[in-house]
Amino acid sequence: MTENNEQIQSAFLSNEKQTTGSYLREYLKRVKSGDLGALPIIFGLIVIVIIFQTQNENFLTARNFVNLIVQMAGITAMAYGVVFVLLLGEIDLSIGYVSAVAAVGMTLLLREPGGWPWYLAVTVALIAAAVIGVLHGWIITRFQVPSFVVTLAGLMAWNGVVLILIGNGGTVIVQDKVVIGIANYFLPALWGWVVAIIFVGGLAFLQITRTRTRRLRGLSSTPMSIVWMQIAGIAILTALAVYVANQDRGVPFVGVLLVALLAGFSFLAYRTRFGRYVYAVGGNKEAARRAGINVERIRVLVFMISSLMAGVGGIILASRLRSVDTAAGGGNLLLNAIAAAVIGGTSLFGGSGRVSSAVLGALIIASVENGMGLLGLSAGVKFVITGLVLLIAVLVDAVSRRGRQQSGIA
Amino acid sequence: MVERPILELKGVSKSFGAVQALQYVDFEVKTGEVMALVGDNGAGKSTLIKGIAGIYPYDSGEIYFEGNPVHIHSPRDSAALGIEIVYQDLALADNLDVVANMFLGREKTESFFRLNEEIMELECIKTLDSLSVTTLQSVRQAVAGLSGGQRQAIAVAKAVMWNSKVVILDEPTAALGVAQTRQVLDLVRRLAEKGLAVVLISHNLHDVFEVADRITVLRLGKRVHQFVTSETNQQEVVHAITAGKMETVPGMKS
Repeated sequence: MTENNEQIQSAFLSNEKQTTGSYLREYLKRVKSGDLGALPIIFGLIVIVIIFQTQNENFLTARNFVNLIVQMAGITAMAYGVVFVLLLGEIDLSIGYVSAVAAVGMTLLLREPGGWPWYLAVTVALIAAAVIGVLHGWIITRFQVPSFVVTLAGLMAWNGVVLILIGNGGTVIVQDKVVIGIANYFLPALWGWVVAIIFVGGLAFLQITRTRTRRLRGLSSTPMSIVWMQIAGIAILTALAVYVANQDRGVPFVGVLLVALLAGFSFLAYRTRFGRYVYAVGGNKEAARRAGINVERIRVLVFMISSLMAGVGGIILASRLRSVDTAAGGGNLLLNAIAAAVIGGTSLFGGSGRVSSAVLGALIIASVENGMGLLGLSAGVKFVITGLVLLIAVLVDAVSRRGRQQSGIA
Repeated sequence: MVERPILELKGVSKSFGAVQALQYVDFEVKTGEVMALVGDNGAGKSTLIKGIAGIYPYDSGEIYFEGNPVHIHSPRDSAALGIEIVYQDLALADNLDVVANMFLGREKTESFFRLNEEIMELECIKTLDSLSVTTLQSVRQAVAGLSGGQRQAIAVAKAVMWNSKVVILDEPTAALGVAQTRQVLDLVRRLAEKGLAVVLISHNLHDVFEVADRITVLRLGKRVHQFVTSETNQQEVVHAITAGKMETVPGMKS
């Protein structure tokens, strides 16, 4: 038994001797067994690019690339919040109109004469959004009612609040320079490069120190060669994006904001107790409760994040349109935000998904909409195609999940 | 083996309305031994365990831990004493990996609220090694992909990692095949050898006779017998469980 014991100890710890080749072989094996990761989305994006570029040569231009980033920003910000709600296995249907409440509230506070400074208006709008989320979460946990119903009520009620706030005016214009700048300011070329270097450098530092510590402690770790290849890949993509954006107006500020939010929420989801508990509650609520986790608190906080990010998304959208009107928060906004998270690979049943799925899914939705806009397709055709994209994404996930279950990785 | 039992219940009673679930039951378990708790459905096994776990208090009777009288009012109290219970449904989060499950609710953190994954992973490996849990591919594997026996092993390892002194296992082999039952029984034995007091609840007398040092039999809320395993046989225990209504051993596994 002792001999066996030692063998096993080395089996747990010896993966550090993994070579580049064995790592790649294992990766291929995982992919074959259905653990596709972001591959279907990347494949889907390539297909979308090919289709639209062959139909309209304006699709793959620097100008349209920058437009795309600005167009996807609002949905992406909202989808970050949706990911957390879906991780719990809940749903938040109110985010469309909560985003509008934040946007309208901010715009009214900014309105001259006697307008508030932008930072106060934005802060108050975001706090209001967060409080709305806490309210939803409190009702859901205190009275044990499904989030679907509570946030459906929220959807209707906050729509009403938007109409009441705007009154008979119809449209309120945003005049504050800083707020308009959120979605309409582009970094000068040099600053674009500085941000790119900080981003790639920071990521490389974190990856390398992590791999080093794991290796020093004798834990299984990714081979350094692979880590460097991953970093190089990200560096090339980032450089390409900055270069292309600089050919036009430059890197949009809102793009940097999205990346910063991605980094922040990824840290929250994967590196803190809170994130761990979100996954645990979504995976097995009873297990989480028995482990001493305050399940109710986690749920309330997640609905707060969801509403808060709806508020951020609403402010980005108001900044982009430079105004808010009675239609704010309506239309496809809610469903696009949820669809983004789902297309990106976050499960509706809780416990599985990644923060980056918000970006990937929003990128798909925004490119389809953007491309169809360039082709001048009618609204009807657009809806049908967007629906089909969502369906395909869910089917790919379902099929690959079956593969994963058969090979026992789930 | 002259030492006092680490956990001792004296004359505990519990009733739910008109139903007397436990009547003046004595129960004890010593360090380094496996005490089996057997009895038919409704004999009071679960009620007895839930009292120790702090799910609800007994109506009367005393609990001694390491010789001192204690009061257990909540699961936290029993955990603080070093009593851990592994329930039948295991309570693992399928989507999390082995390390995350073992540390769930007691994660180690470093600066900026960061989870200290390296320390947790090392401690997890150490615990699994000490229990000779040998069939795992990786501790970074999601629990969903593990076999029933492996899941049971993780649940047990989770319970013993926190310097627990008494581990209570509720039907650990109920849903397992032959080979996996074997693994879990070996694990139960090793827990006792490591110096823990183990309480094993089981319906399977074959399992009980294989690993238990002593056997407590409950019937209709009373302790009817306490056997030393080496001095009895399955017929005698079945007789005690069923009040003589059944002389053969039902459902005995080969």
